[in-house]
Amino acid sequence: MTAAGTARLRSADALRAARRHGRRRDAVLVTALAVAAVVLFVAGLVFGAKTLALPDVLRALSGQTVPGVSFAVVELRLPRAVGALLAGAAFGLGGMLFQTLLRNVLASPDVIGISTGSSAAAVTAIAFFGASGLVVSGAAITGGLLTAVLIWALASRRGLSGLRFVLVGIAVAAALQAVIGYVLTRADIKAAEQATVWMAGSLSRSLWDQLAPTAPALLALLAIALLGARTLPVLRLGDDSATALGARPARNRILLILCAVLLVAVATSLTGPISFVAFLAGPIALRLVKRDSALAPASAMIGAIIVLAADLVGQHLFPITLPVGVITGAIGAPFLLWLLMRGRTRA
Amino acid sequence: MTHTLEARNLTVGYDADPVIDGLDLALPASGITMIVGGNGCGKSTLLRTLARLLKPRTGSVLLDGSAIAQLPTKEVARIVGLLPQAPVAPDGIRVADLVDRGRTPHRGWLGGRDRRDDEVVADALHVTGMAEFAERTIDELSGGQRQRAWVAMALAQEPDILLLDEPTTYLDLAHQVELLQLLVRLSRERGTQVVVVMHELNLATRYADHLIAMRDGRVVAEGAPGDVVTVELLRDVFDLEAVVVPDPIAGTPMIVPVDVHRA
Amino acid sequence: MTLAPAPTTSAPRSGTRTRARLTPAWAIVACAVAVAAAAALSLALGARIVPVDAVWNAFFQPDGSTDQAAVLSRVPTTLTGLLVGAALGMGGALMQGMARNPLADPGLLGVNAGASLFVVLGMTLLGWQAPLAIVWCALAGAAVAVVIGYGAAAASPGGATPVTLALAGAAVTAIATAVITGILIVDESTLESFRFWQVGSLTAASFSSLAQLGGFLALGAVLAVGCAGRLNALALGDDVARGLGVRVGAARLTAVVAVVLLCGAATALAGPIGFVGLAVPHAVRFLVGADYRWIVPLSAAGGATFLLVCDVIGRLLARPGVLEVGIVTGLVGAPIFIVLLRRRKAVGL
Repeated sequence: MTAAGTARLRSADALRAARRHGRRRDAVLVTALAVAAVVLFVAGLVFGAKTLALPDVLRALSGQTVPGVSFAVVELRLPRAVGALLAGAAFGLGGMLFQTLLRNVLASPDVIGISTGSSAAAVTAIAFFGASGLVVSGAAITGGLLTAVLIWALASRRGLSGLRFVLVGIAVAAALQAVIGYVLTRADIKAAEQATVWMAGSLSRSLWDQLAPTAPALLALLAIALLGARTLPVLRLGDDSATALGARPARNRILLILCAVLLVAVATSLTGPISFVAFLAGPIALRLVKRDSALAPASAMIGAIIVLAADLVGQHLFPITLPVGVITGAIGAPFLLWLLMRGRTRA
Repeated sequence: MTHTLEARNLTVGYDADPVIDGLDLALPASGITMIVGGNGCGKSTLLRTLARLLKPRTGSVLLDGSAIAQLPTKEVARIVGLLPQAPVAPDGIRVADLVDRGRTPHRGWLGGRDRRDDEVVADALHVTGMAEFAERTIDELSGGQRQRAWVAMALAQEPDILLLDEPTTYLDLAHQVELLQLLVRLSRERGTQVVVVMHELNLATRYADHLIAMRDGRVVAEGAPGDVVTVELLRDVFDLEAVVVPDPIAGTPMIVPVDVHRA
Repeated sequence: MTLAPAPTTSAPRSGTRTRARLTPAWAIVACAVAVAAAAALSLALGARIVPVDAVWNAFFQPDGSTDQAAVLSRVPTTLTGLLVGAALGMGGALMQGMARNPLADPGLLGVNAGASLFVVLGMTLLGWQAPLAIVWCALAGAAVAVVIGYGAAAASPGGATPVTLALAGAAVTAIATAVITGILIVDESTLESFRFWQVGSLTAASFSSLAQLGGFLALGAVLAVGCAGRLNALALGDDVARGLGVRVGAARLTAVVAVVLLCGAATALAGPIGFVGLAVPHAVRFLVGADYRWIVPLSAAGGATFLLVCDVIGRLLARPGVLEVGIVTGLVGAPIFIVLLRRRKAVGL
């Protein structure tokens, strides 16, 4: 072995060691986030109108009928916690995908109108058709998807420019916001109140009848998005380099954005737009992880944590129950400000 | 392994006035080829079309006789590497990670990594002189260092054909020469077919084995620098009045502009 | 000594268009005409449609007729539309130049959210309903929001760059929105009044509120026009701007102060009206190119025209009632903006 050859091998070892260190650190981070999510999940089962004992909760979960516990845990709290977990992960991951693929930190589903579309459809259904429950959810999904298609159609002109997509999205959002304003001022006060509550985002609608269709869809979409996000490290190098490395950036981008739209639309149909989570999760994850490959799982976890925590706070910290959408902004935003002031600027 | 990369009757561009119109070209099987020409002559467009980044309106690019558009893009990536003109790096990426991206074409879909990957990356870092910067983030580097990191990434692909689009732009003269010497070594020691779009004419004439001069989307002249670079060519292709003298060190043609104020 | 002629170069490729389509002189004339026409329409049209000569007569040959009364009753609304539209247009131009992000809109800094928050607090905690009280709440809220947002951005390691400003502003907006929603859900009576304030309306302002806030608007306008030149340098990047002798931090701060004054006062007078600040500067840029010394003042005229036209449309569509201007700006402005976007291959700053 020549001296140069030995030197090369040692560098290769050094590289491997450094990469393993980075990967380990990220694994620790993602694990810590997962643990936090689990803790919050369980807390959601334990605390409530009545604080339950943890062993009782676990027994109820395992299928045994525990008087005074099973109903609360299985019928009320469990679907709520599951909804919070899945919707939070969906918003977090979907938002991060939007921001990364459109290369603009402001390009979040609420800014570019997808959530506004869901809200407009839902609010119209509530205020003018007196709808509730699954009908409103259906309207929300349809509204979100139609809005995405509309933005796509309007922004496509000999290919898709990320910037034009976002600008068209903002314009569409403004128009939809006007529609919402119209509905809120023309409906009677009770309906307006209901619509406002829906738009604040809430987990109280997350019961098994709502969750049954939504949860499998969200799980499938999360899995697909996490798999697809593995191409992100190459995509972030720019279309030229990505193509030169054998990727198909245009096609991957389309598929991932489609995934992100579906994630946000379905999650919104369950909880209403608690979409500031979608805006926050990406920038927070970016400042916490060391390697690109951990961005997607971290964003999903952070989204879930924010929503779970916000729900706990909303239910227990104040004399009245506040909807989760109110709290996500109040928790997440100051945290982002703190991160901004403390950390390195990373775009 | 040598490969053949050629363009047949290539037309690129969608406006009424295409950038490249009916161009035929066969890249030499070895050595360093440099493409030169004035601004807007289509040299970058040609390189990007050869790299299959752009789709020609008519005509085709052939890699080893097959249309490059029909070949699986990952397979092409194992043969052809590219350093684009203004590469975009995500903020905060470490140099080692950036170079590691170059191994993507050699990895399966699930991204399995083996020992060899790290050795190739280490090798690429050494060859470009970036080994000491491996753990630094790309925003901490100077323009020249960043450029060399990108070259290392292209090298990590282990390409048989290496295309570089104006790679010397952000480099000082010492680093420009260093990069060109690296390309010469790659060409001679590893048999890599190197194709460079060059802005600096004198460096092109000095280091190229084969020179291609373009104007208005067409090849005006092609051949060894000694044969191709004449006073008439400089006038036609570059609108430049100059004399051509032998370089005192390399013997290659050296272009000395004729300037009223310096006569 | 004569210079030898430069060697001929090949003609520029077709497909490169010069960006400015209107010379500044024509642009000024066009804008003045547009503003005057919009104002005339605003005075003439409404529940009662008044012929154009009656508008003229109402000011110069008063005859006490009902037509005259109608016109005079629309003066505060028209005046509000002019001032608020101009303020929003200028504010938007400043935001886009300062944030180097074409998505920037005055709401980005948190102006609207802050104003709304203090209005809601005023309504809920203090039971204030009087227009004048609302106005000062809104202005105070806008100022506080921007101070927090700008302060956080400036305190970050990189300083107040476009990215950190955008993030900080979005964070502030989110906090404010969260508190607002919380209050609205609990206090139904506040929701009742707030939902109307939220859609924006030009009728809420009176001469006295216009007079009180006019000073802020004037100061904001002066600052805006004053820093427009420096925005041209900022658009080239902080380093280049410093190289041109611009004090980047001071320029940005001036722009932010101007935005707070202009958009804070505008929101205070008419409620949060979106989209004007985003779309009008883009449209102006299509017409006159990328020089902020023209974009800023022409955005004022453009904003005034656009807002008044939208208000008139709102009055006509819902006669004898009214469709609030904030709703119309969104419904009308968005399609126009999208059409503009589709006609250009690239949208730069």
